[in-house]
Amino acid sequence: MNRYPTWLNVLVLVILLLGIVLALPNMYGSVPAIQMASVDGDSYTEPKVQEFVQVVSRENLVPEAAYLEDGRVVLRFLEESDQLAAGDLLRERYDGEASTALSLTPRLPAWVRNLGLRPMTLGLDLRGGVYFLLEVDMETAISSRLGLYQQDIDNRLRDERIRHRVDLEGRIITVRLTTEEDLAPARQAILDTDRELLVADGPDGRSLTVRMSQTQIAARENFAIEQNITTLRNRVDQLGVSEPLVQRQGADRIVVQLPGVQDPNRLDDILTATATLEFRLVDTTGDSPGSRRYPGRGDESSQILQRDVVASGDQIVDAESGFSEGQPAVFINLDGAGGESMLRATRANVNKPMSTVFIETRRETVMRDGEEQFRTIRVEEIINTATIRGIFKNRFQITGLTPVEARDLALLLRAGALAAPIYKVEERTIGPSLGQENIDRGLKAVTIGFLSVVAFMVVYYKWFGVIANLALFSNLIFIVALMSLLSAALTLPGIAGIVLTVGMALDANILIFERIREELSAGTSPQAAITAGYDKAFSSIADANITTLIAGIVLFVFGTGPVKGFAVTLSLGIITSMFTAIVGTRSVVNLVYGGRKVSNVPV
Amino acid sequence: MKWIKEKTTIDFLSPRPRWTALGIAIVTVLMSLALLATRGLEFGIDFTGGILMEVGYPQAADVDRIRQLMDGAGFDEVQVQQFGADTDVLLRLPPQPDANADSIRQTLSATLAADEPGVQIRRVEFVGPQVGEDLREQGATAMIFATAMIFVYVMFRFQWKFAIGAVASLIHDVILVLGFFALFRWQFDLTVLAAMLAVIGYSLNDTVVVFDRVRENFSVLRGRTAEQVINQSLNDTLSRTIMTGFTTLMVLVALYFIGGETLGPFSLALIIGVLIGTYSSIYIASATSLFLGITAQDLLPPDKDPTLVDDLP
Repeated sequence: MNRYPTWLNVLVLVILLLGIVLALPNMYGSVPAIQMASVDGDSYTEPKVQEFVQVVSRENLVPEAAYLEDGRVVLRFLEESDQLAAGDLLRERYDGEASTALSLTPRLPAWVRNLGLRPMTLGLDLRGGVYFLLEVDMETAISSRLGLYQQDIDNRLRDERIRHRVDLEGRIITVRLTTEEDLAPARQAILDTDRELLVADGPDGRSLTVRMSQTQIAARENFAIEQNITTLRNRVDQLGVSEPLVQRQGADRIVVQLPGVQDPNRLDDILTATATLEFRLVDTTGDSPGSRRYPGRGDESSQILQRDVVASGDQIVDAESGFSEGQPAVFINLDGAGGESMLRATRANVNKPMSTVFIETRRETVMRDGEEQFRTIRVEEIINTATIRGIFKNRFQITGLTPVEARDLALLLRAGALAAPIYKVEERTIGPSLGQENIDRGLKAVTIGFLSVVAFMVVYYKWFGVIANLALFSNLIFIVALMSLLSAALTLPGIAGIVLTVGMALDANILIFERIREELSAGTSPQAAITAGYDKAFSSIADANITTLIAGIVLFVFGTGPVKGFAVTLSLGIITSMFTAIVGTRSVVNLVYGGRKVSNVPV
Repeated sequence: MKWIKEKTTIDFLSPRPRWTALGIAIVTVLMSLALLATRGLEFGIDFTGGILMEVGYPQAADVDRIRQLMDGAGFDEVQVQQFGADTDVLLRLPPQPDANADSIRQTLSATLAADEPGVQIRRVEFVGPQVGEDLREQGATAMIFATAMIFVYVMFRFQWKFAIGAVASLIHDVILVLGFFALFRWQFDLTVLAAMLAVIGYSLNDTVVVFDRVRENFSVLRGRTAEQVINQSLNDTLSRTIMTGFTTLMVLVALYFIGGETLGPFSLALIIGVLIGTYSSIYIASATSLFLGITAQDLLPPDKDPTLVDDLP
């Protein structure tokens, strides 16, 4: 009686060993390191590792370890001062070729690393860093798309030689025609630009109203957020932050986590910057439809510019800042479509002027009807107007900026434009000393909570208490192992979740032990009492844990940031404690007491 | 070692204690609701939006002086309070309509640094008003959703009278913990919300263990009244209820005293929740299902219809 088949005992042992191996990487601690990544996004290879090592070693900054990881080169140092000095050296030497990021890296031995094992990551509240929650301005995302439709429809109707006027107001484009006969062909022309547009007859019988369909709006919104995420990732990469996280949250928000970063100000400017460029021809005759006056920036004179955009920022594939004839300049490289358009425009307009418009979007808070509301302001200024001297295509340069503006603009153009403006709605900065303090306190709380419970269990349940403690300890290992496996981030509330699990994980064993005691005092034989204790407690344990798990999962689904961390450790803890308390302790109990005559059960 | 006698025969549910418990529950719930209605919760910036700044001084911080500095800099709405160690200070600012967060943060830290160069900015949090509103909404949704799902689970696994009992007890627990937070003006932030959901989980854990025993006892102790069976089940599970509550409280107390200031309100919510949850699983959950007239038939699988068997050839 009370024997587990060998395979089950082996299984328990294998799972325990697996847990230990997965949890192992967390035992090594962290050291300062430098991560070098190729700016072009290529993967580095072994010779590059040697090259970097030689460069820093020449200055007597010998890395403790150097290796490849996901195509990047990691150089580990024992001293922070060495890391900083080597970082400066490499940044200077490989400027424009490789990005240099400083980080804290786990000091894993090569064999652990080669097995692909990683420790849990630490949340920002434990390691310090900056957390941003950014909101995408969907209204602008939609209206800018409508602006393009307006232009398309205008062009199409002109091509079809239909007399018309196109106006955009709110989310409705109104096309006014001169005769009723034009209604049908105009409708066809509009649908030719995009078949999904919703076209309806206007109230006066001589106009059409055009709207975007729900699917188009949803697609546009989705595009705006996805495009913004890509752009933000690029910008973060350009800044050289190690292990950044850029992630969508809900319908219109993006989370950006930058571990180790201390000064959020510059970052904030770069991340939310909307600066981009547009190239437009100057309306020299002053009669082309839809042209209007743009102000000049600083000393630059204002101009009347044509409505059609020759090329815009999102068609720029590469941009570098530098100097041209002593003036700060940005060297631009356009993509195929942009290049074609530029070619057509310059060919047709040699010796005519073209302007470069610098566009920035800002958000202002205004009080309207006693309520706070946001208003988006689009600032468009001409930074430069030049006469087209010759035909050019996709490579050219622009001037009219300060050196700093040129540098930031080049970075922003390189990283890609935001599809819609974004605004910071939440920011949390945690200093490194507070992070360390949180770790220390958390660990201490876990240790003391754990030890007091362990002592109590031994006193109260004797040898069975010892077995329950083994289960509790393996439970901790399993939580850490699963967290490492899922590369979930450990946060301070996450530690609280572990502490709570320690208290609650014992519940299952207490249920079982109390049941065994009950059976024993009812006169059941020791072996039968053990069996009955485990069997009868099972349904209580399952029901009780599932209800707590429901709360944990709800918390995970609805929670954000640190709360999610709590939900993760709590839920994982409940799952692992079911295994350790029911199967794990049973296996030990069976090994110790099973299959032989036992006169009394020390519970 | 045994703290609880093997066979306790406490009469939990005879009319007198039952009505007393119900009275206490109704009075405390009403008091909590009154507190919540009049005083309200002291929401942290997670829910109200605003700016929070934790600063560390090289020596004990002079809170009054910092207040004066803030007034001087034009931030008369700043709340200044000690945070944990006497060198640490927490500054809290309500949402500012017209200024942006970065300039405020810079002004604040510049003002503090001008007075004491050794001051260290340990943490800055800025939450926009919209985000605060969303988090509040999300929190409420999470609570309702968790309660509904638990109701469905208990109904499915047990019976609707138990489900109502379980939900009544967890609503009781949540309202009482909130009442404590309103009474003592403890800061209610996101982590406390997480603790509330953990309280729901814990309270239910206790309740379900009792219910499970009730179901078992209904089939073992045939012929007894529902009151007797439930009372017996409460006695049977009493020592487990107390032991689990005790070990959980032990780690929570460790967390409260050692885990640091940030987790203070969180641990407090759980400590109160565990205490109330233990009491409510005995008195609210079981008593409610008894009021609803739970019977053995509600829980036992129906006896096989004998006529069916007779019809077989």
